[in-house]
Amino acid sequence: MTTTQNATKKVRPNLNERIADLPLPIKVVLWIIFALFLFALPLLNIPFITTPDSDFGGVLFTVSTYVLVALGLNIVVGYAGLLDLGYVGFYAVGAYTVGVLSSQHGSLPWLWCVPIAILVAMASGVILGAPTLRVRGDYLAIVTLGFGEIVRLTLINSEWLGGAQGISEIPRPPGIELFEVPSIDWSTGVPVVDLGTTTTFLKFGISDFIPYYWLALVVIALVLVFDILVKNSRVGRAWEATREDEDAAELMGVPTFRFKLLAFALGAAIGGLSGAMFAGKSGFINPQSFELLLSILFLAAVVVGGQGNRWGVILGAIVVSYFPERFREFADFRVLVFGLALMLLAIFRPQGLLPPRRTLRAKRADARQHVLEEGEAGA
Amino acid sequence: MPEPTNPEPVGAEPTPPSTAAERPATPATAPVDEVTEINPDVDIAPEDIGVPVVAEGERLLEVDTVTLRFGGVVALNEVSFHINKGEILGLIGPNGAGKTTCFNVMTGVYQPTSGEVRYLGKPLGKRHKYQITKLGIARTFQNIRLFANMTALENVLVGVDAHHSTGVVTAMFRLPKHRREEEQGRARAMELLEFMGLAGKADELARNLPYGDQRRLEIARALATSPQLLCLDEPAAGFNPAEKAKLMELIRTIRDQGYTVLLIEHDMKLVMGVTDRIVVLEFGRKIAEGTPAEIRDNPAVIAAYLGVDEEDAS
Ligand SMILES: Nc1ncnc2c1ncn2[C@@H]1O[C@H](COP(=O)(O)OP(=O)(O)O)[C@@H](O)[C@H]1O
Ligand SMILES: [Mg+2]
Repeated sequence: MTTTQNATKKVRPNLNERIADLPLPIKVVLWIIFALFLFALPLLNIPFITTPDSDFGGVLFTVSTYVLVALGLNIVVGYAGLLDLGYVGFYAVGAYTVGVLSSQHGSLPWLWCVPIAILVAMASGVILGAPTLRVRGDYLAIVTLGFGEIVRLTLINSEWLGGAQGISEIPRPPGIELFEVPSIDWSTGVPVVDLGTTTTFLKFGISDFIPYYWLALVVIALVLVFDILVKNSRVGRAWEATREDEDAAELMGVPTFRFKLLAFALGAAIGGLSGAMFAGKSGFINPQSFELLLSILFLAAVVVGGQGNRWGVILGAIVVSYFPERFREFADFRVLVFGLALMLLAIFRPQGLLPPRRTLRAKRADARQHVLEEGEAGA
Repeated sequence: MPEPTNPEPVGAEPTPPSTAAERPATPATAPVDEVTEINPDVDIAPEDIGVPVVAEGERLLEVDTVTLRFGGVVALNEVSFHINKGEILGLIGPNGAGKTTCFNVMTGVYQPTSGEVRYLGKPLGKRHKYQITKLGIARTFQNIRLFANMTALENVLVGVDAHHSTGVVTAMFRLPKHRREEEQGRARAMELLEFMGLAGKADELARNLPYGDQRRLEIARALATSPQLLCLDEPAAGFNPAEKAKLMELIRTIRDQGYTVLLIEHDMKLVMGVTDRIVVLEFGRKIAEGTPAEIRDNPAVIAAYLGVDEEDAS
């Protein structure tokens, strides 16, 4: 019901709209500054943000893998409304495709393996989706859950795939050593350029993970552009319509099965890409890297952030992957804190931290309506 | 997260509310008296969708001795009728007579147990629902089924998209086809919204529209697929008399713009005023067929309606 509080609330443009209203050149400049900041982040060593207990470059790489995974899973869960509980399976397929082709049974360079990994993951998505996506709802959740576990168990039990030991000596991405980038040292309390601790641009080594993070940033940017272009088209509308009301969508001419399969395949492809990045960075993979818990965390990233909103799920991925690394000293309480946070979120922000614009639009429209009604009652 | 599985058959919902007061609650209901004015002069003629165009007055669709059983329930019992190009055909009957089920058979939601539906002379067969829509049969729903969290414009665009073919690659590289389809699609969608008097609400979420606008938006979405045959399932449900009159005017305008309309309506008086011919169903059987005047005087129809609801027989 209309409360006085609600009725008197002004309809104010939110941050998103205010950014959207800025002139184009200013927007471009802001984006460039933001991108530069992201690239410089691991070198700035900003106190409090940087992780004291683990290598910050490595943490940032992990965070970016989660972001990539969340963007892929968002297509499946957020756009098309398909609950996928076994997303880690595609991540594993991507990583192991790289492992098998570059080390275990071949010696292809990493860069060649990546497109193959994407295609193999995509194919596994189609093979899993084709029989299951005709059935609705809960069934898909169970099947995908099973898929994730089957992949893991296959990895453990197949000697061909390295068994429980996994695959090692996976080659790194190719690099060219051009120049050294210094970092910032805060140990004296003020930022000082530290010429002793540098990162080589662009050397994918075994101790400095910052270049991997840079690579991941570029990949994320590409996936984001892809996401935006595809979502703002007939394809994105078909996904949304299918999620909203599958029968009605079908009766309005949307081949829903085809579009669900497409979402599933694209999600799987991005999952496979993330896995390939992970394999290239760690040089070593084993089945323990692909536990069920990871699927749950991936899904949590999407749900926490606000499924259906790409910026939301990016935020969710950062929350889910960064905080446990930042507060390692509380490692024993990690699961407890995580559970509590999820509960609080469910109570106070059930739509996620950044709900999709449709929810925001709806709220604003509601507020407008209240103002209108109030106005009429007063007249 | 996906919606829980919905086992409800499409459109087979209980009695719609019959008065404005009983309308399903919408989050933002406009004042009840407000009737959105349509703009009948906007050209919304169907676009060429690549199916043969039937001459005026020729048979467009035939329902041929269709029987449909749900276990023991015979929802349709050897029902036959046809629709001619350019007419407004009324499909009436008491609640549970099988009207919505008839739509469901015509749009591929159910396969008839026996008999067949022929469209443009060819059986619909086992075509998917979306394929039938592409052939030119579009419908609305007795219980509104808009894409609630999409805007009015997006809802209509989904309908326009039925005849588009932009896929991932075309969209990703913004190929000319994407641009062309997007431009033409938006133009047509906006025309339809303007026709319905909803242009000012193009960016509102469907679920925030007042009830009457939601009904109109559903019709716009169906028209967006450029159907040869437009099937309306109780479009006036929950309307007050003034709104109903407007709606009948709207249906006539739609026909005059080149559409053939099949109209399910509960309210006899309403149907009499707008249709060219009427088919009456009762308990899954066709009990009468004819012009409004013939139906009005048909004893079987009067008995059927008297037995159910005196008011509607008036
Ligand atoms: N999916 C279904 N399963 C079982 N019975 C159904 C189904 N759909 C419709 N029916 C039954 O078929 C009959 C006709 O329903 P319907 O076509 O919705 O009537 P109406 O003429 O009011 O639109 C009713 O008895 C209804 O209960
Ligand atoms: Mg009905």
